[in-house]
Amino acid sequence: MADLKPKVMPSNPHTATLEGRNKLNGFWFFLGGETVLFACLFGVYLALRNSTAGGPTSEDLFGLELVFLMTLLLLTSSLTSVYAIYHMKNNDFKKMQLWMGITALLGIGFLIGEVYEFAHYISDYGFTFRSSAFGSAFYALVGFHGGHVTFGICWIITLMIRNAKRGLDLYTAPKFNTFALYWHFIDVIWVFVFTVVYLMGKVG
Amino acid sequence: MSVATAGKQKSVLWDWLTTVDHKKIGILYLAGGGFFFLLAGLEALIVRIQLIKPENDFISAGLFNEMITMHGTTMLFLAAMPILFGFMNYVMPLQIGARDVSFPFLNTLGFWLFLFGGILLNCSWFLGGAPDAGWTSYASLAMYSPGHGVDFYILGLQISGAGTLMGGINLIATIVTMRGPGMTYMRMPLFTWATLITSILVLFAFPALTINLFLLMFDRMFGSAFFDVALGGNTVIYQHLFWIFGHPEVYILILPLFGVFSDVFSTFSKKRLFGYTAMVFATMLIAFLGFMVWAHHMFTVGLGPVANSIFAVGTMAIAVPTGIKIFNWLATMWGGNITINSAMLWALGFIPSFTIGGMTGVMLGSNVADYQYHDTYFVVAHFHYVIVGGSVFGIFSALHYWWPKMFGRILNETLGKITFWIFFIGFHLTFFIQHFLGLMGMPRRYWVFLEDQGLDLGNMISSIGALLMGVGAIIFLINVFVTIKSEKVGADPWDGRSLEWAVSSPPPYYNFEQLPLTRGLDPLWIEKTEGNGKMLPAEPLGDVHMPNGSILPFLMSIGFFVAGLGFIFQVDNALWTIALTGGMAFSIGCMLIRSLKDDHGYYIPKEELEKELERKAD
Repeated sequence: MADLKPKVMPSNPHTATLEGRNKLNGFWFFLGGETVLFACLFGVYLALRNSTAGGPTSEDLFGLELVFLMTLLLLTSSLTSVYAIYHMKNNDFKKMQLWMGITALLGIGFLIGEVYEFAHYISDYGFTFRSSAFGSAFYALVGFHGGHVTFGICWIITLMIRNAKRGLDLYTAPKFNTFALYWHFIDVIWVFVFTVVYLMGKVG
Repeated sequence: MSVATAGKQKSVLWDWLTTVDHKKIGILYLAGGGFFFLLAGLEALIVRIQLIKPENDFISAGLFNEMITMHGTTMLFLAAMPILFGFMNYVMPLQIGARDVSFPFLNTLGFWLFLFGGILLNCSWFLGGAPDAGWTSYASLAMYSPGHGVDFYILGLQISGAGTLMGGINLIATIVTMRGPGMTYMRMPLFTWATLITSILVLFAFPALTINLFLLMFDRMFGSAFFDVALGGNTVIYQHLFWIFGHPEVYILILPLFGVFSDVFSTFSKKRLFGYTAMVFATMLIAFLGFMVWAHHMFTVGLGPVANSIFAVGTMAIAVPTGIKIFNWLATMWGGNITINSAMLWALGFIPSFTIGGMTGVMLGSNVADYQYHDTYFVVAHFHYVIVGGSVFGIFSALHYWWPKMFGRILNETLGKITFWIFFIGFHLTFFIQHFLGLMGMPRRYWVFLEDQGLDLGNMISSIGALLMGVGAIIFLINVFVTIKSEKVGADPWDGRSLEWAVSSPPPYYNFEQLPLTRGLDPLWIEKTEGNGKMLPAEPLGDVHMPNGSILPFLMSIGFFVAGLGFIFQVDNALWTIALTGGMAFSIGCMLIRSLKDDHGYYIPKEELEKELERKAD
């Protein structure tokens, strides 16, 4: 497997091998499927967002300050993952790891905000998954996104630890690149969640 | 990593459990799907025996509901689709001149998930009763179905659906990145085109099912309120999501067979496929429209006349590209040097049968008339005409066509023709009469019908036809056993046109010693007409990279199977959460091993391939 660790790394190490290209392509298709998953959940949410069955409504619940802070954290984490990939293409493994680490920390910050938000709704308003069709749809959509964030954080931490000693080569570069793609996808979805759930819930 | 790994002796069972070879996985899919096909056929026969005479008491009403539910579910999810995946897996990489699929490990995982999902679903028969809410499992019925039948439906389909999605992604990536030298998109055989477009349908349709099953599962098991009207839920959402998946699903079931027929017609007419480009774009158009018309399953829900009309027009529009295909097939045969054998018979039988099914489809697509046809036997007749007259005929055609490639032996022609005629006659006896039963008012899904309402004779004929189809299937099985002892055939028994006929039958595990150079549509035919007789190599002989086998996909699927049982029974007894968490932890552990352990595959050395080439030359 000597050819996976060339003396001079190509400028696009993530697509230099057939396996790398396969991974990138396949992952794009996977994201196509993910888009449909989220689209369905958005559809369900839009259909049920006013079905509160006498329980708390979106206007009672949502506070835009916290959600704004969460949005800031998550969107910044997308930028930091761009820096990480930039350093990957320059074959600077240490800086890539550093920026990937920052990405993970920002993601964790976002998650803390979400856990706080859910706990607040449950304890202060008694608003749960079972309260109403609106509750079910809200927790399903936002929770599904949160689940994706959680998975992404586990993914990047595993990748960083696993490859800390091995460094960057044509086998590991596609893995980091795939993660970055996933992370951007989660961010894009959050923009829709922010708009459709929170903004429309508050002012729509 | 080394040659030693490749050369190590393994037992046959271990070999099949760990294989990542797309051809072996293809055969596994065929075997698994074939098993479920027989099972679902048996269920259909039980349904038809119950309806053979008025007010029959062969089975109880509850068991009847379970039978029709499991017949539909098994046929579509566990028989037809896996069999198609079997062909796509086996043949497509050969047709594009590739050594493998993009993700061999994922391919294996997809198969085992399908199999264990299917087994889980069928465990319901022994663990408290099968699902009984119909194959669509509409929430308004399924929410209040007692027992665990519907839970088995949810978990079984969720697991096998995940496998299907993986298979779909893998096939798309394979066609996009792994096409051999010179194999441009517009040189791909129609079956490969159909595989690509079908896989795109899988990719965009199955997530809707996944979400829908999740919603139903949350409602049934964890007390959420998506479909609970008292808390603001809405069961029409279930119908929308189901058909956003379910309508493309019927195209997933037919498009690959359109590909098969295109290959079969051109091979056995000794002609280039007529209107190749039109065929490709017709396939795309059918797929696109297939996504746009889901609400024609919901004309009577009360969506209003505007929505109904839009979906009615969209539905009828699908007849146009389908008509293009039918005419192109006829034109392919026109003036051709036609050979009529079993594969061709099934393809010829398909044309009138499927056309009848398409015409009743246009009738049903008229939303005003649909209020009359809705939930009658007319609908049953329509979809069996397209699914049996299309998919099943196509599967039989493909079996006869590619059997020599897969097993190196041609299926017995006499038995093949007997199978065709018995099945063909049985099929039309069963379902043609059902159009009239439906128009006379016989509802679908009913356990019994009353005497002297004009339904007695029709039902009797229909049941006799079903038994004939069963006989046909048995003769096919006999044919399979007879063929084991028949003579071996060479690489190209049909004088074929596409690349799969350029490798030996069955192909070596690495497919091609040297990747072939494609110089146009029907590449093998081009070389034959130019006097080369075989494909020219596109690369010098070199080491070939191959993936290692792995037991992890099998173990992972077992983990999900156990977790599925845990999900179902934790509602009754909290102890089952042990199975749930244990199964999940086991599967996730397997995934972790997979991601932490490097698996670079191994190389077949050049010398070994040289020896193989010499042996072939002798």
